[in-house]
Amino acid sequence: MQRSSETPSGLKGWFQRWREAYRDVPISAWLVGMLAAVLAEALVGYDLAYLLGLGNLPSFFGLSLIFKRWQLIPNILVFVVVVYVIPALGATYLVRKFMARFGRMRGVAWLQRIPSWGYILFNLAFVYVILHFWAAASDYRLLVLRLLGVNIILTLSLNLVNGWMGEFSVSVAGFMAVGAYVASILMVWGFVDDDVFGAAVFPEAWAPFAFPVALIIAGAVTAITALAVAIPSFRTRGDYLAIITLAYMFIVKSAIENIDFLGGARGFMGQPNVADSLLVVFIWTVLAVWIMHNYVTSTLGKATSAVRDNEPAAEMMTVNTRKVKMVAFLTHAFWSGVAGGLYAHIVGYINPGNFGLVKSAEILGMLYLGGLNSVTGSILGTVLFTMLSEILRPLQLIKWMVIPVILILVMIKRPRGLLGFQELRLPFLERRAQAEEEVSHAPAGD
Amino acid sequence: MPLLEIKNLTHFFGGLRAVHNFNIRIEPGEIRGLIGPNGAGKTTVFNLTTGVYKPTQGQILFEGRDITGKPPHEIGKLGISRTYQNLRLWGNLTALDNVKIAFYGRIRYGLLGAFFGLNGRHEEERQIDREARELMALLGIEQYADMVVSGLPYGIQRKVEMARALATRPKLLLLDEPTAGMTPAEMEETMEFVLYIRDTFNLTIWLIEHKMRFVMGLCRWIQVLNFGEIIAEGTPEEVQNNPEVIRAYLGTAVT
Repeated sequence: MQRSSETPSGLKGWFQRWREAYRDVPISAWLVGMLAAVLAEALVGYDLAYLLGLGNLPSFFGLSLIFKRWQLIPNILVFVVVVYVIPALGATYLVRKFMARFGRMRGVAWLQRIPSWGYILFNLAFVYVILHFWAAASDYRLLVLRLLGVNIILTLSLNLVNGWMGEFSVSVAGFMAVGAYVASILMVWGFVDDDVFGAAVFPEAWAPFAFPVALIIAGAVTAITALAVAIPSFRTRGDYLAIITLAYMFIVKSAIENIDFLGGARGFMGQPNVADSLLVVFIWTVLAVWIMHNYVTSTLGKATSAVRDNEPAAEMMTVNTRKVKMVAFLTHAFWSGVAGGLYAHIVGYINPGNFGLVKSAEILGMLYLGGLNSVTGSILGTVLFTMLSEILRPLQLIKWMVIPVILILVMIKRPRGLLGFQELRLPFLERRAQAEEEVSHAPAGD
Repeated sequence: MPLLEIKNLTHFFGGLRAVHNFNIRIEPGEIRGLIGPNGAGKTTVFNLTTGVYKPTQGQILFEGRDITGKPPHEIGKLGISRTYQNLRLWGNLTALDNVKIAFYGRIRYGLLGAFFGLNGRHEEERQIDREARELMALLGIEQYADMVVSGLPYGIQRKVEMARALATRPKLLLLDEPTAGMTPAEMEETMEFVLYIRDTFNLTIWLIEHKMRFVMGLCRWIQVLNFGEIIAEGTPEEVQNNPEVIRAYLGTAVT
């Protein structure tokens, strides 16, 4: 490393040195660091939390505890530093050192020949392992993580319409409801002895394999019902889609409330346990993000933005604008339906009240926090919003005053959302970046 | 066979007759001019030709094929492209994406390719990328490829729009006031540029223009439109001295 000699002394110098040491650490080293922190938590977290008087293991790095018992702030700080910061930074540092030496060794050229999907799969698996250990600590974390996956699918699919296509859809909750009920009916009919749907049709062992099929059917049915919205509203531009999607949402909600064999307003339960592992939700989330990311980065998909920015010009430049709008909207509906089906099987009980305006507003909040026209923005927005929502939970009702204020402040600072119209670079998804980093570390050791 | 033939084109907006009995035959390789005072219906003729409006009456033949009433994206695929009087670029996208999206009509990988990366999507995308960059290089704007188009200077935006129009591989290019908002020096440059793209891409060009010097310099044959009707046509010199045309532009002399 070229550490400049004019590094200022004192706290500022220390900070600068610290930053330099970690500046170009490859992402896989960070992942190892995170894994170390998670394992450290599993090993000593419980005892340390008890010793420091934090009670049980804090669920969100002690952040929500601050709002419950502010006197504990110093103890929480100690806990965070010992359990998370030191293991993470330490492991990252060691891995970096090791990689620097490793990069100089011969016979590592084969690393560069690994295809990019290999790197992506490897790193995603790594991310999954970290999340798995983190979620193993409590059912609460597991539930939050699974719902986070569902919300990521919802936010990104909504981004297709509100961001890339530039219309305004509010029927996320409505689509979710359709998907949730369709998937639930299919799974209960197939695998559960139920009063309404009769005895199970298939052996229960098949349920995990039938679940993806049920979700896809749920998404497809949702997309078909979405046609009822799409066909009339795409003849025009403007606020019509917002109004029609709003209507769709209320129609779905009151329709379900009045269908007796679905339980009406009492709700529907008894879904088989097919989504209680993190892995199922993780795979679906990655799949959804991958497919939608593929679409918006293709020229065919980018035409959606052309329709938004100037529809007559897009039409003249050979873009079939009607088809483009349909595809975007139906993709939105499809994935919202899939996410609804996942949601139903995660919570194991649904009722029409789950799928109201509040749900739609929540997803819209995540979307606009993260930024329009951005895959990474949607993910970031969802993660931040969910974390904020969980951290501020001790504030109870005040939470719903604090979160909007935060959203407004973000909008003043960054009117297009945190990552509006730009993508965060994700080095662990880019093979070349990583390969270069490894090479550039080779001569760095001394 | 003429490249474009329009017969007895008439269009009403409600009760207003915007175009009346418009006829034209454009041969391949020509540069044809359409002039007329504001509100004469010039842009409406372009919009009818490209399918933005469905004509009330009349027939439009392109390469002998009837394209009357077809939607613009199909007409675009057949080989008619255009630029706009006020730029209509896709402002949030980069200049390169603006050009690439105009390849839409020729993309073969379909939705399967778009969603799952199948059907040879990656090769085709690379091909599109290369062709789009080559096209931009031919127009001298390759260095702006990765910049968001709304932040580019006006003259560059005009060229991006031209590159986009050419990316659909047109045979006939309609230019709606290509020199709007330009200084005389820029206008000279644009004249050469129009000749350059016609020769490079084997185009036939039909243009609307207000600036007489521009039309006179480029077109051999001009039509003059006033209140939706052709009031004169001929060579630039003939048109310039036609009393009807002078009256349409300047009004009648007060005696």
